[in-house]
Amino acid sequence: MNKKHLKEFMGFMLLRICIGIIGLILIIILYDIISKGAGKISWEFLTAMPRKGMTEGGILPAIVGTFMVTVITAILAVPLGMGCAIYLNEYVKDNKITRLIRMSIRNLSGVPSIVYGLFGVVLFVQLMHIGTCILAAGLTLGLMTLPWTITASEEALKNVPNSYRDGALALGASKWQAIRTNVLPYAVPGMLTGTILGLARAAGETAPILFTGAAFYLPFLPKSLFTQFMALPYHLYIMSTQHHAIAKVRPIAYGTALVLIVLVFTMNLSAIILRYQLRKRRME
Amino acid sequence: MTNLKERIIHGIFLINGLLVVIVLLGIFGLLVFTAIPAFKEIRIGEFLFSTNWNPTSYVKPAYGIVPMLVSTFMVTLGALFIAIPLGIGTAAYLSDVANQRVREIAKPIIEILAGIPSVVIGFLGIVLVGPFISKIFGLHNGLNALNGAILLAVMALPTIISLSEDALKSVPNAYQHASLALGATHWQTLVRVKIPAALSGIIAAVMLGMGRAIGETMTVLMATGCAPAMPRGFLDSVRTMTSTIAIELGEVPYNTTHYYALFGVGLTLFIITFFVNMVSDIILHKHERLMK
Repeated sequence: MNKKHLKEFMGFMLLRICIGIIGLILIIILYDIISKGAGKISWEFLTAMPRKGMTEGGILPAIVGTFMVTVITAILAVPLGMGCAIYLNEYVKDNKITRLIRMSIRNLSGVPSIVYGLFGVVLFVQLMHIGTCILAAGLTLGLMTLPWTITASEEALKNVPNSYRDGALALGASKWQAIRTNVLPYAVPGMLTGTILGLARAAGETAPILFTGAAFYLPFLPKSLFTQFMALPYHLYIMSTQHHAIAKVRPIAYGTALVLIVLVFTMNLSAIILRYQLRKRRME
Repeated sequence: MTNLKERIIHGIFLINGLLVVIVLLGIFGLLVFTAIPAFKEIRIGEFLFSTNWNPTSYVKPAYGIVPMLVSTFMVTLGALFIAIPLGIGTAAYLSDVANQRVREIAKPIIEILAGIPSVVIGFLGIVLVGPFISKIFGLHNGLNALNGAILLAVMALPTIISLSEDALKSVPNAYQHASLALGATHWQTLVRVKIPAALSGIIAAVMLGMGRAIGETMTVLMATGCAPAMPRGFLDSVRTMTSTIAIELGEVPYNTTHYYALFGVGLTLFIITFFVNMVSDIILHKHERLMK
């Protein structure tokens, strides 16, 4: 082996070490949380209220709270994201307005999540007088998710062949009729796939809900959209930094982390499976 | 009649599309609008250049953001120091060395890593990285800038890897073929031809990862100790702009100078990330045009 090839061998080894480290990081993260969190998971942990200042009992209100907030997020972000994508991909392909819109989308996706939190406090809590509650938190997360759902929806629309549109238009359909009958039915499943990924990210976010409605300790289920709520990511934050007996509640924190990760991964996985099946159907 | 209906529908979609512009302007506008009253009592010079942040002092509240700016840049640069070599190395491996099977395993690994909520990474900073750091350096707790930098590196890696990989893949095959035909090894081709050709795309990827790191809240809030003083080194506790907002906004009454000042911090953060993302965007577009 001459010097040149020895150098190549060493170089590639270095790159292998890089990817090895990435794999190792993921394994350490998952191993730690699963090994220390799995013991805490029980039927009671998932379905009971927290008790005795959250040192005992379950995390049901946090699970329900995260679920309710994510539904609000979806109600805001999914239709608006789809609509914006339809405008960008079906109505006007490229002019000053769409360039402005695209620039805004890119910038919105780079706005820090805590800044969305500040925006939510002023707009929803103060100006609109909604107060700190599920609705305010869900709307804040919805705005944060918007750029992701738009990008995902546009991707799905781009996958619909142009001949579908042309066929409808050639038969005398109007623009909207063509979109409704020949584009959307084929694009909606793909749109949903990308949207689920965005919602999974929103469900795990903490910073935007810190001041818009998440609460420390509420041992009952939310009765309306206008009450404060417990959420899984916020609960994990509280249990690992703010609780008065941090060492004692560490197992609960691990259990919460595991439930949160499983929730996010299940959403991701269902999106990936949906995408795989769509691709298979398209092949046939 | 149908014509009118079509035009109404078109109009609705136009308004829907313009909504994102309104949201972006709204965020900027409300931040400015809410931050302005702070400067009735705080001089802008003090806000930007004072090294003392102590808004709750009874004697004389101080509103200098320098300690948080320094903290934010310390953890961000620390994170990039770790994430750049690892990220580019991994991207190069995936685009130029790995076979199909390895790539199919690696892609979900990176996607899963990207999907882990930041609060979980922050939690691991407390229970894993912190004790590790305190043991190595003999500190009584490991919640400091180094911890934050390590966690932010983990958070920035998926962005840097996938975008750098895209940049490397966008280099035309002719470059590679020409280099190999001249007798260069694959390694030489990668280091001297492909990476330089993809450099602008890689820089854009790094900038985007940097923007993420600057704006990340939960990991630094949980893992850096958050002492509000001016940091002296990487083993010192730091409090970034994001964690200052997260800690203090929940405790101040609405519409006080302190409250407005926190929006001033938010506005500063918005402007910095906006600028970083913008530069990344411009570089990326230049790269795309170059590769065509």
